[in-house]
Amino acid sequence: MKNKKNKLNKKWSDIKNFYIYISPWLIYLIVLIVYPMIKSFILCFTDSDFGGKGNFIGLANFVKAFQEDPLFFKVFRNTLWYVVLFVPASLVLSFFIGWLLSRKIHGRGFFRTVFYLPYITAGVAVTMLWGWIFNGDYGLINYILSLLGIPGPHWLTDKRIAMVSIVIMCLWSIGNSILIMLSGIQDIPASYYENARLDGASTFRQIFSITIPLCTPSIFFNLIIGVIGAFQIFNQPYILTKGGPVDSTRTVSMYLFSNAFEYGKMGYASTIAWCLFVIIMLVTILIQSSSKKWVFYDN
Amino acid sequence: MKKLHSRQQSRNIGITVTYIILILSAVICIVPFIWMILTSFKTNAEALRFPPTIFPKKIVLSNYVKGWAQADFSLFTKNTTILALICTTGTVISSALVGYGFAQYNVRGSKFLYIVLLATMMLPAQVTLVPQYLLYSKFKMLDSYWPIIIPALLGGGAYNIFLYQQFFKSMPKELCEAAKIDGANSFQVFSLILFPTVKPVALCVGVMALVYNWNDFYTPLIYLNSTQKYTISIGLQFLNSTQGTAKIGMMMAVAVVTMLPVLIIFFAAQKYFVEGIKITGMKA
Repeated sequence: MKNKKNKLNKKWSDIKNFYIYISPWLIYLIVLIVYPMIKSFILCFTDSDFGGKGNFIGLANFVKAFQEDPLFFKVFRNTLWYVVLFVPASLVLSFFIGWLLSRKIHGRGFFRTVFYLPYITAGVAVTMLWGWIFNGDYGLINYILSLLGIPGPHWLTDKRIAMVSIVIMCLWSIGNSILIMLSGIQDIPASYYENARLDGASTFRQIFSITIPLCTPSIFFNLIIGVIGAFQIFNQPYILTKGGPVDSTRTVSMYLFSNAFEYGKMGYASTIAWCLFVIIMLVTILIQSSSKKWVFYDN
Repeated sequence: MKKLHSRQQSRNIGITVTYIILILSAVICIVPFIWMILTSFKTNAEALRFPPTIFPKKIVLSNYVKGWAQADFSLFTKNTTILALICTTGTVISSALVGYGFAQYNVRGSKFLYIVLLATMMLPAQVTLVPQYLLYSKFKMLDSYWPIIIPALLGGGAYNIFLYQQFFKSMPKELCEAAKIDGANSFQVFSLILFPTVKPVALCVGVMALVYNWNDFYTPLIYLNSTQKYTISIGLQFLNSTQGTAKIGMMMAVAVVTMLPVLIIFFAAQKYFVEGIKITGMKA
């Protein structure tokens, strides 16, 4: 009897303690995530301004977005273009470099540090620096190209390649993905490779039959994180091009930012936010559900 | 014998190619920084010359002095430092508490809330942005540091909580049980026994939070309006957007200085930056 009571007491004190410990995050969840999500959904159907006050206008924001506002489609197309360019390139590149780093080489620590440096310093200063490097008249890239006899383009002011330039800059700072890939590759037991070598498998064959399949959890992780991050790209285009030239680098996040904090159209901004959210969610679910087919979990 | 020899040879070629690609990549990573430093020592006339000079013909230090004086960068640095320290301390402690709660207790709803926690990592910040702004506006917190500090105090981000949770879960339960038998309560167990042992995670979360807050651009851009409250990022962007390449030497000089703290932290605490990758092991 006493034992049972003790158990019950422990159970209650456990529940109490659990909620005490997680209370900071619980408050955050309710006040700064759940409530804002509901509120933002409601705002989609209003013409709210800076103060958040507005009238219910039904689906007018969605009608505007889908039928009247050409910029709406443009920013989504731009963002999608960025995602399609950046994510696959970053996966291939980070896997490749990660694999090179996993080989029997000297100075692995040095290379790791060097590749991580652009990731850790990523901020306004570095982005500004890239603006300078991309400069069409005096920039470093065009200087190097001119040495090879190639006339360099105006990287950031030519609307056909401005987004590509932003992708190049972002590919420069994928150090974290590289290290995640490296750690995934290093977790693969050496015996797998030894057996393959005894069977006479070439290095190329080993990569495709052992390294890539066993590294799929890391690839998957980088893919999910990469896609979600890429859809939200803001800082680099905002600092480098301000969305120009001719809106060719204006992304969804930038358009949302302008609507909300420059024009004070909180209702329309929320509509944009929810459209972005739905797209990200769909893509994430798609990747998640496909993962059963190609991600290898070794337990 | 011959086959073995050719194999060895192809292996050597493979390793050589590996080195060549790695060194080339490393050069690509480093050169922009070097270019930034070189430009910062050139006069503007020299910087805006094509083809450019690699090394400054005459090293000028005035870019640093004048660049710094273009705006109140000393104040911005002070603001950023204080803000980053507060947010980092808040993050290190609050995410530890929450992570401990999730690792230690298996009660009704704890699993569900943990899944919610992981799900929030995938939530784009844009969905909650506008209502959060309106909320801070209602509480008269616009143009203050509160919108930046409050999230750090309230758990400091799902990823950090996740890191702590993983770590606490891997700790032997006996350690806590023994202490409890000696009469320590849950909070004493946490603060006296467990927290000191999480030094690697705490440092990992700490250095990442410090760098994150130092570099953060988006949140201050939204919430800070008055110049005397600017952080370095905002101050830099303000100058950048008004001048373009007109004073490129000065801009690069300021960029170098504002990047220094991050570089110092990085080189001093390098191993803790990658600790997070090791802890999660990407098995989650």
